[in-house]
Amino acid sequence: MPTTKTITKVRPRKPAPRKPVAWNLRLYVAGQTPKSIRAFANLKAMCEEHLKGRYRIELIDLRENPQLARGDQIVAVPTLVRRLPQPLRTVIGDLSNSVRLLVGLDLRKVD
Amino acid sequence: MAQKKKTRQPSSKTLPKASTGIQGLDEITGGGLPRGRPTLVSGGAGSGKTLFGLEFLVRGATQFGEPGVFMSFEESILDLTKNVASLGFDLDRLVAEKKLFVDHVSITRSEFGETGEYDLEGLFIRIADAIQRVGARRVVLDTLEALFGELPNPGIVRSEIRRLFTWLKQKELTTVITAERDQPDKLTRHGIEEFVSDCVILLDHRIREEISTRRLRIVKYRGSTHGTNEYPFLIDDQGISVLPISSLGLNHEAPAERVSSGIARLDGMLGGKGFYRGSSILASGTAGTGKTTIAACFVDAACRRGDRSLFFAFEESPQQILRNMRSIGIDLEPWVRKGLLQFHAARPTYGGIEQVLLLTHKRITSFQPSVVVVDPVTNLLMVSTQNEVRSMLTRLVDFLKTQGITTIFTSLTAAGALEASEADVSSLMDTWLLLKNIEVGGERNRALYVLKSRGMEHSNQIREFVLTDDGLRLLDVYLGAEGVLTGSARMSQEMREKAVVTFRLQELETRRRELERKRQTFEARMVMLRAEFEAEEEIIQQTISESELLGQEVVQDRGQMVLSRQADSSSYKKEGRSKVAPVR
Repeated sequence: MPTTKTITKVRPRKPAPRKPVAWNLRLYVAGQTPKSIRAFANLKAMCEEHLKGRYRIELIDLRENPQLARGDQIVAVPTLVRRLPQPLRTVIGDLSNSVRLLVGLDLRKVD
Repeated sequence: MAQKKKTRQPSSKTLPKASTGIQGLDEITGGGLPRGRPTLVSGGAGSGKTLFGLEFLVRGATQFGEPGVFMSFEESILDLTKNVASLGFDLDRLVAEKKLFVDHVSITRSEFGETGEYDLEGLFIRIADAIQRVGARRVVLDTLEALFGELPNPGIVRSEIRRLFTWLKQKELTTVITAERDQPDKLTRHGIEEFVSDCVILLDHRIREEISTRRLRIVKYRGSTHGTNEYPFLIDDQGISVLPISSLGLNHEAPAERVSSGIARLDGMLGGKGFYRGSSILASGTAGTGKTTIAACFVDAACRRGDRSLFFAFEESPQQILRNMRSIGIDLEPWVRKGLLQFHAARPTYGGIEQVLLLTHKRITSFQPSVVVVDPVTNLLMVSTQNEVRSMLTRLVDFLKTQGITTIFTSLTAAGALEASEADVSSLMDTWLLLKNIEVGGERNRALYVLKSRGMEHSNQIREFVLTDDGLRLLDVYLGAEGVLTGSARMSQEMREKAVVTFRLQELETRRRELERKRQTFEARMVMLRAEFEAEEEIIQQTISESELLGQEVVQDRGQMVLSRQADSSSYKKEGRSKVAPVR
């Protein structure tokens, strides 16, 4: 668990040498539970703040499409999968911890 | 084994059970795992947990018409399929036939902790989906505890697993959950046994004196009686086999039929008819006393009768046995070619005592022999303790008797401890042949006697046991003032006796001849005497008759003289004659 001190040392990631790529995010939920609603809201807020204009969110409800869980190896919900840019990254939880979300999505690096 | 399963009828009051189809396990558990409830299978690395789960599903799908779902948290589907293909399980085919559904749950480890609340609904949905696809009645979660390693916040994982078990129970799925055991005092690494209250099975894979044995124990089984021992089990090309043979009672048949031992004289020692069919025979003796030969003779005789024989050689290779037996005129090779005789040669050290027992079992079940040879039983001691060997032999003997198989066990005994058979197996045996070396006159000779033979009149005598170019012969030993004589001592004694007899005969003959001679002498003398006597008699007779003649002549002469003188009257003549007569 990173302490508050280490978090303060977090600084914006150096811009990639190439042109900014499109972000493809997939959020897996199971039904309209408070957790999934919260996760979606948190994700939306984060994207608006950091990736404005270059992201796309797919919301997948496993209750409706259970077979899709196998493809991205979903066990826990909500799970956020960063499909693009490569490599694939997975973040678990309702995304209320925004620092961990940014680190998990590789938007910020821990020194 | 299949017949036994049928006779066991679970009463309606007891817990409904789901047959595992795993050889032996259903007997220990009294019918299988608790139906509609979770069972925890715990064990160390490589103890056979995954295989246990898979076999449970495969047998369920193929033998009991219950489709299954296998959720693998560790191995990929491809790996699993390959691993169990060697055991004869065709997962692909079962999957294609919709009898089995295999899902690999691989969780990429989250390095950053959770970003907030989560649950395992995703897993639930996947399991539910899999169950629904094949209409599963059985589920295996192989190794569920992998979730702890891959997911943040163990508290959530624990509560979710608890929820999962409740959910599985509600759906009345017979579930096997495997768990890794890394500490001897704990059943599972993360303590999930607390959620499974119905049945816990412990698999163990231990090494003792460099030999590994697998063991299975039912730690708990709520609402059911179960065997509480540690049962050895084996994983081979037919999956798992547990050995519960000790559960058999002593109620095997006792046929009165007799089978020849292959040695006429030995049959003679055993009431004239040989062994009982289905009995167990122990041939014990020190090194080189001919134990294997006795067994080979018996096998030869069995094959001649057309009986199938199975030879477990724990010390020699089949070729070696064939060669050695040929040297004494017992040719077993034709029987091997005809398929009447099978050899199974392996060092017992190859896989521990249980493995030996299971292998014997399997071989016997598949070959269905009438005669079995275990040569030698003492080699088993190398791999295990006396206790284990004894318990194994008890099981084996019971099993063989139930099958009505006549068995010869050979046992190597240390010199000096002849009647103390190793592992105290003698009490298990019906007939005990003891072979020993008798040392007389600077040589060792083989001797055989029947120490015991239940239910028949048997000889109490020692026989000398001679291996010749054309088989095995039993000879009477010389018993005399000098004790038991065998070999050349016996022969020299026999010669000595022969010499004495010959001498006596000769003496008798001499006497007889002497008598004859005497008789002849006597008779000759008699003839001579008679001749002499006759000669003398003749002379005497002659003399007598001459004298008579002479007397008469005198009288006549005198008469004539009287007549011629005419001196007297006629009256005087009469007187005178009478007076003259006495003079003669």
